[in-house]
Amino acid sequence: MKKLLVLTTALCGLALPAAAQQVTVMGWGGAYTASQVEAYHKPFTAATGTAIVSIDSDNPATPIKAQVEAGNVTVDVGVLEIADAVRLCDEGSIIPIDATTLPAGADGTPAADDFLPGTITECMIPTDIFSTVIAYDTTKLATAPTTIADFFDTAKFPGKRGIRKSPKVTLEMALMADGVPAADVYAMLETPEGLDRAFAKLDTIKGDAVFWEAGAQPPQLLADGEVVMTMAYNGRIFNAAQQEGKPFAIVWDGQVYEWEGMVIPKGAPNEAGALEFVKFATASEQLAKAAEFISYGPPRKSSAALVGNIAGTDQPMSPNLPTAPENLTNALASSLDFWVDRDTQLGERFNAWLAAN
Amino acid sequence: MTAAHQTLTTADGRPLKAALVRAQRRARRRAFLLVAPLLVFVLLTFVIPIGQILYRSVHHDGFSANAPAVSEWFAATAPGTEPDEAAFAALAADFKAMQAARTAGVAATRVNYTLPESRSLFTKTARSADDLVPPYREAFLAIDAKWASPAVWQAMRSSSSAYTGDFYLASADFERAEDGSIHRVEETQRIYVQLYLKTFALSALITVICLLLAFPVAHLLATLPMAKANLLMILVLLPFWTSLLVRTTSWIVLLQSQGVINSALVAMGVIGDDGRLPMIYNQAGTIIVMTHILLPFMILPLYSVMRVIPPGYARAARSLGATSWTTFRRIYLPLTLPGMGAGAMLVFILAVGYYITPALVGGADGQLFSNMIQFHMSKSNWSMAAALSSLLLVGVLILYWLYDKLIGIDNLKLG
Repeated sequence: MKKLLVLTTALCGLALPAAAQQVTVMGWGGAYTASQVEAYHKPFTAATGTAIVSIDSDNPATPIKAQVEAGNVTVDVGVLEIADAVRLCDEGSIIPIDATTLPAGADGTPAADDFLPGTITECMIPTDIFSTVIAYDTTKLATAPTTIADFFDTAKFPGKRGIRKSPKVTLEMALMADGVPAADVYAMLETPEGLDRAFAKLDTIKGDAVFWEAGAQPPQLLADGEVVMTMAYNGRIFNAAQQEGKPFAIVWDGQVYEWEGMVIPKGAPNEAGALEFVKFATASEQLAKAAEFISYGPPRKSSAALVGNIAGTDQPMSPNLPTAPENLTNALASSLDFWVDRDTQLGERFNAWLAAN
Repeated sequence: MTAAHQTLTTADGRPLKAALVRAQRRARRRAFLLVAPLLVFVLLTFVIPIGQILYRSVHHDGFSANAPAVSEWFAATAPGTEPDEAAFAALAADFKAMQAARTAGVAATRVNYTLPESRSLFTKTARSADDLVPPYREAFLAIDAKWASPAVWQAMRSSSSAYTGDFYLASADFERAEDGSIHRVEETQRIYVQLYLKTFALSALITVICLLLAFPVAHLLATLPMAKANLLMILVLLPFWTSLLVRTTSWIVLLQSQGVINSALVAMGVIGDDGRLPMIYNQAGTIIVMTHILLPFMILPLYSVMRVIPPGYARAARSLGATSWTTFRRIYLPLTLPGMGAGAMLVFILAVGYYITPALVGGADGQLFSNMIQFHMSKSNWSMAAALSSLLLVGVLILYWLYDKLIGIDNLKLG
């Protein structure tokens, strides 16, 4: 034991001078980090010779904030959800990244136009897009639903519906099903009439609704035959269909997507290296490569054409991504500004709506 | 001098009284040292956290600490005062400081609790803090016209004091109007009062069901021969030792509309395939699952009380001519009262604070008050969660006091 301690201490001492040539990346672990190691870390080391140290966390936002506040930052790059990134950015725990310095897309489009609108924020460069979609069991429905309106049409598609027990995404989908174009959804939700309209639309299926809370529930509800259609995260449905062979399919119409990305903490030990890594990882080719390992879409439009087959198979990954052009015809980017302002207020109203009979 | 006035002394000549006091003091000190670890433990893990919760429910300095200048202006003026140039100048100074320290997000969060939709106003203004030059009022209005709104200033005023009753107001479905007066929130927003009452009513119902189900079981346990009673006891304890989540999800498997019970009923022809009973993801599901999970807490105290009731009492009553109902009502039931009291108290208090089970099987109308506490915790609104928790604590304490008045707390036997 003591020997081990001496040995590790010595190794740490040896590692210190080399710190300038390495970048420490904190991610979420699991299949998600595995996709990033394959697509970002290994090619970066091959191209530049800089080693990447990968650390896992439940949610990197928490340790990064703690490190910055303690003044002892060991992480160079963090992989964060957009909501946490905006919060940490407002609080000054992560540094702004100038998006104009990012490389242009593979087809020459400048980065600012290449990324999906609204995904680049002051402090975070997006790496992947995940989405809340409508999923259904192909063996339970005679005709396949094709639009978000079908989810609310219990006459045409009888059966229970799985709905997320949260106003976020649910209200947006209700308005889109009621015929509001994706571009107008948030403007309408900002008005009292628009909110009433969304709740009125939800009223129409409240009697057929099964409400879920955890992301693991909707595939289970579908598999048990408890619901015929449900709101669900696209990655969960993809896994159930791809790895467990469940007869699940996704309606991409009316999908609401959010994104994750890379940030640099204030006081990162290798800030220059971190910036170099972020630019490298968020180039068209790398983003496309990552999408082959996990069904999260690349946020650059120019990456779409570069995505190959699902890793280890000969089936194309593209149709399974929220960002495939055919899946994006009627899609909505979740508005962060809208939700940070109204989280509590609409949460209370949604809970009151749930409790009312 | 008489013997009565002579001071009694110990063998070594010290006054007996002083020696006794010393000896007792030493014993007391030793006793205190023995319980000291427990005392410290209770203090650290129970008293201090509860104190902190109570403190948080009335204290939030997110705005007042980061915007000191304008907070001072609020303190100096009467509620409802129109903001003058001095107020805007103070606010501008605060914004510049907040932008430099990047704390606008913290202050904005506090104001957003009082007035939704003001968080982005704050962060946006902080980003343009460099544009804030005299005349300040115009500079603010150029960034966003909302700065002229009395609602925004009222929200900042109620945030400008670190100590506030706002979270309790919100917990009672009230809010402050632009002029500072208090009124009920819109009908579509009212949730807490209704849910509070519902939580207590549902917990009472679950307690009663548990009592009705547990009483015969406990009686059987107490009167059966040892070998059979032990087997029965294992059946009671086995689910008690199983994880809460496992038990909840097994109930989902049993009760869901494609589940075991419904399918069995359909197969037996009791109900039609389209008439499957909705037994889960609603209030009924919450009651069924919570009753099952809390049942052992009722059975065990009842059993421990029933086991020591001498069977001779009942026989004596019968031999004196009482009917079996009278014997039960006048002899057996009063003797089990301490067990019923303890069981009911345990079940009720646990039920009031339940949240995982209602969250998983409650569906739309099976939500309880604790689910709202969890909701605010997940939104990092600790003060609101603390206010709601305190209300729950007060409700339980009132019931405890009532119980003490009606039945007496010393008449309680936990085992």
